[in-house]
Amino acid sequence: MHFGLGNEIIDGLIKALQLIFSGNPTLAEISIRSILVSSSAVMLSALWGLPIATLLGLKRFPGRFLVKGFFNAMLGIPTVALGLILYLFFSNASPIGFLRLLYSPTAMIIGQAILITPIAVSFITSAIESVDPEIKDLAKTLGASETEASIAVLKESMNGIVLALTASFNRAIAELGVVLMVGGNIAGFTSVLTTTIALETNKGEIALAIALAIILLLIVSALTITVNLIQRHKT
Amino acid sequence: MKTIMEFENISKAYGDVAALKQVNLQIFEGEVFSLLGPNGSGKTTLLRIMAGIETLTSGEMHFDGAKVDESNINDVRLKTTMVFQKTALFSTSVYKNIAYGLRLRGHSKKEIDQKIKEVLKTVKLEGYEKRSAKKLSGGEQQRVALARALALDTQVLLLDEPTANVDPKNVSIIEDALSWVNKENKTTMVIATHNMFQAETLTNRIALLLGGRIAQIGTPQEILRGPSINLASFARLENVFSGNSKILQEGTSVIEVDDEVEIEAALRKAGKVTVFVRPEDIILSKKTIASSARNGFKGKIVEISDFGPVVKLRVNARKEFVVQITKRSFVEMQLNVGSTVFLTFKASSVHLV
Repeated sequence: MHFGLGNEIIDGLIKALQLIFSGNPTLAEISIRSILVSSSAVMLSALWGLPIATLLGLKRFPGRFLVKGFFNAMLGIPTVALGLILYLFFSNASPIGFLRLLYSPTAMIIGQAILITPIAVSFITSAIESVDPEIKDLAKTLGASETEASIAVLKESMNGIVLALTASFNRAIAELGVVLMVGGNIAGFTSVLTTTIALETNKGEIALAIALAIILLLIVSALTITVNLIQRHKT
Repeated sequence: MKTIMEFENISKAYGDVAALKQVNLQIFEGEVFSLLGPNGSGKTTLLRIMAGIETLTSGEMHFDGAKVDESNINDVRLKTTMVFQKTALFSTSVYKNIAYGLRLRGHSKKEIDQKIKEVLKTVKLEGYEKRSAKKLSGGEQQRVALARALALDTQVLLLDEPTANVDPKNVSIIEDALSWVNKENKTTMVIATHNMFQAETLTNRIALLLGGRIAQIGTPQEILRGPSINLASFARLENVFSGNSKILQEGTSVIEVDDEVEIEAALRKAGKVTVFVRPEDIILSKKTIASSARNGFKGKIVEISDFGPVVKLRVNARKEFVVQITKRSFVEMQLNVGSTVFLTFKASSVHLV
């Protein structure tokens, strides 16, 4: 049995590599959809996450501590619970049911964006807070207005912001619970790397599952290494 | 003389702590003004108010005749600039650091290139444009910060202890650049310092700040040469000695600080005197040295304080002395608390309070 499983894995690995190198269209389609959905989610989360993090990182206001605490706590949100809430939110019975978002890539993008918002907000806030507090004053003494000085601080924390967005992307593309519940894993429409890996493994299609897992790991590693190299080159 | 900045009864408090109390001050156009005082006397707070990055708790500030408030604070920021004690640089090239303020003022690329070349020459960092600012040495970084401020040609240049954390070579480059800029551009400068020598050599007028209040304002001669209780209370922190002075035949005086300690000073004053010796004027060695210096003491190091490029040592040589040496000398001499050392200083390094 043990020997058989080992064989199956090696066999699956060889077939997986054949699938990858033969340029299998299903593989390509799923991979591209995954990248598109997750990068859109990162952009969407940055759209609201960046202003929130900037506010938390630069301004002192009553309740700031509570807001920060909320986002930190949300880092550990169970994805299935979030998936369920979003499922109910997008379903036909909800007030926005008429938009027919359930089981669409849009629902997956929104779901992933909400899931990674705590990561983006918490990490970007930390990056901004770690900038020397004198940078803002420095910018002002050089003639910057309040807004220009805040932009200078954001520029200083750019490495941290890029890392936060990279971590958010990696979290989004590796996510299963939310995309499965609001996307439904419809072949050719909403199936992405993680949902297909789960499905194909259940079906016993180990080779395809391994091929997809290899691609997922490659995407995540390639992005992280590229970002690191660019940052090292810049400093 | 035209007044460029005026402060009427200004106070600044951080919570319950009052940093400045009822300060009245005028800064004249083109002068070099120094704020002299010990740490925590309110020098930095006053400079930050002048730079438009700190608001007043009470009182009024006028710049170029206009009352400064929220509506025109940005104008003040464009007409002044400040060099911080702790060098603050953007994590980018020397070029981009200096270009930042010039871009905010809408200068063209050609003008910016030209200006950067000029100011880097002034601070003796020609060709440093592409270097990463944060990878330079401490002294070079402070010179970049100064170049960045000089490039803006502001009406007022504010300097917070510009040479406190740099080695002697960089100190002289910075001081030369400041003198040159004041002479060439007639830039008004306000320098916060606790270095009396700098206040004396660089500036036209001095305000002595003690505990958030201005204790005295005057020319360097009036403040540093005349008898001043206020100055003594500031200088008491380091190497201030009182004793009975006797004039010697050679023209110098010997001050009997107590039964065991006598200090020879190049001054002619008999009777009760108070004198001080600057920590950087005392030569420290591990063995006795033959020199023309008239004062020599043997003692033990009791405390070591690291200030970056320089180190301050508290030495017990019957009386307690504070000596300032460079970090490099400190490391090379392998000094520790308890090390026996010899202190030497010239009679001309002894100043009357």
